[in-house]
Amino acid sequence: MGSQVHGAQKFDEAKRAATVFSDEAMKTVQTIISHYPPERIKSAMLPVLHVAQAEFGGWLSPETMDYVASILKVKPVEVFEVASFYTMYNLKPMGKCVLEVCQTSSCWLNGAEDIVKYIEKKLNIKVGETTKDGMFSLKVAECLGSCGTAPMLQCGASYHENLTYEKVDKILDDYRAEGKLRSYTDLDYKNTL
Amino acid sequence: MGRKLLIHNDKVPGINTLEVYRAHGGYASVEKALKSMQPDQITDEVKKSGLRGRGGAGFPTGMKWSFLAKPEGVPRYLVCNADESEPGTFKDRYLMEKIPHALIEGMITSSYALGAKTSYIYIRGEYFYVARILEAAIAEAYAAGWLGKNILGTDFSHDCYVQVGGGAYICGEETALLESLEGKRGNPRIKPPFPAVAGLWGCPTVVNNVETIAAVVPIVNMGGEEYAKIGVGKSTGTKLISASGHINKPGVYEIELGITVEDFIYSDEYCGGIRNGKKLKAVVAGGSSVPILPTELILKTAKGEPRLMTYESLSDGGFQTGTMLGSGGFIAMDEDTSIVKNLFTFARFYHHESCGQCSPCREGTGWMEKILKKFLNGTATESDVELLWDIQSKIEGKTICPLGEAAAWPVAAAIRHFKHEFLEIARNKKFVDISHYDRLNLIRA
Repeated sequence: MGSQVHGAQKFDEAKRAATVFSDEAMKTVQTIISHYPPERIKSAMLPVLHVAQAEFGGWLSPETMDYVASILKVKPVEVFEVASFYTMYNLKPMGKCVLEVCQTSSCWLNGAEDIVKYIEKKLNIKVGETTKDGMFSLKVAECLGSCGTAPMLQCGASYHENLTYEKVDKILDDYRAEGKLRSYTDLDYKNTL
Repeated sequence: MGRKLLIHNDKVPGINTLEVYRAHGGYASVEKALKSMQPDQITDEVKKSGLRGRGGAGFPTGMKWSFLAKPEGVPRYLVCNADESEPGTFKDRYLMEKIPHALIEGMITSSYALGAKTSYIYIRGEYFYVARILEAAIAEAYAAGWLGKNILGTDFSHDCYVQVGGGAYICGEETALLESLEGKRGNPRIKPPFPAVAGLWGCPTVVNNVETIAAVVPIVNMGGEEYAKIGVGKSTGTKLISASGHINKPGVYEIELGITVEDFIYSDEYCGGIRNGKKLKAVVAGGSSVPILPTELILKTAKGEPRLMTYESLSDGGFQTGTMLGSGGFIAMDEDTSIVKNLFTFARFYHHESCGQCSPCREGTGWMEKILKKFLNGTATESDVELLWDIQSKIEGKTICPLGEAAAWPVAAAIRHFKHEFLEIARNKKFVDISHYDRLNLIRA
């Protein structure tokens, strides 16, 4: 059934079989599911997809979506139609740290374009690309609700606000030194103001 | 110094914890409501207060509550709209992050009024860390008996849960939010039926903004009539304003509705004037979708009266010379700002955020972005201004949800008040570098 999930990607049965939540992630998923009436567990879709993306390498592969479908007892296409609608779900592999620079009005008024250009030059990538070492991906985002502390970028759960070139340097250095996958679900978010 | 009812304690150390929040009078509205008031009495107080929805539409909250259908044996739900996504708006984030219990308290008191045994706070996915803060507050509230079974020894039991979204502006529209809460794409529903009759899982549901629900707390505590004494006319109470752009002191301010726009922009209590000694050029007063106004029209109405921070005064003159209070996302732009380029960021935003369900919005937002891009890369002609006007006029009123209007209004207003800027660019073929914008959607290819 899974081969129908995503036309562009080949479905790998072996990879699908190996796609299983850790005990801890499964516990989180069960807690999320418990928030809804038993006959309405499809409602857990968005939060469970966030857990899955964090658990399986920062993106949602066809195998991952198929696995989530089996947990929520829905058809794989129901997972894909959600995953492809919302901007926070990645449908292809990304760098460990996805830098999302807000570019809407208030951030633009405060130099968001300069921040984007600076990161492009510093990491030697363009918006939409990932560094060769797989450490960083650069994206632009629409209003992230940080207009009073513009310009800003989001990386995983963390908000980095009132950006300057020096702050960007430090943020990138810190993430590189840490070297780990950053997800929206991270508990150790490290906002900087 | 204006009165504050929502974020007066925002600087108190530890106010995010139940202990400190309680020590500053927190959860008094739950005690008062559950021990001494009938549910309908609370709705009456909210009606008397004149409270209007703080998310942007400004619909009277008490009336919205009174529409809630109450068939026997069918659960009712309260859903908090914390999908704050209107560009220029960040007040709900501030409130939830600093004083999470203010929202939880409002959820409990409001749910008691509505007879809802379960409530959900639907928060935009990007605010994941704020969801963590809310979840911690909810856990504290459960442990202390403010949530769960038989609250304060009464018959009222209540569960409150947080759900994170996936990144979609459209989910701030209440029926799209409900679709998303049900685990689907955020496509707005055709109304009627309204959520008050058939909302979450087909059950009667009230959807209210974060600030609206938090405002129920002071209304219950002080009484609706006292609350209504604050403000001017039908704009009662206080409002959180998110101030950003080229001002000296960006941030979230709680104002008494009725102060003048001039006072809000220039006094040290609020924005503190325009940065770097520059002159003010234009203001978007209520979030990206409301009409932009040039300085002379935002400070004074067409009749020459001082413009006030109220629903009525800001909309005085209709769209010809007025705007809207909207969500209170107040963006000020200085004299060096290109109105055309700012509009481009809005047009790109709405194109990106259109759910694609209705053709006028899906196609129209894309065309508006494309034509505005011509202005930025120096290929626009004078007739493109007319074309842009024509497209926006064909979106308004022709879509299932108001995203169509939200996308059309800023385009119309920019042309209405700043047509000369568009024409100047078209005539001079002035080039502005926007090379990286072309890559906007590559990441999701």
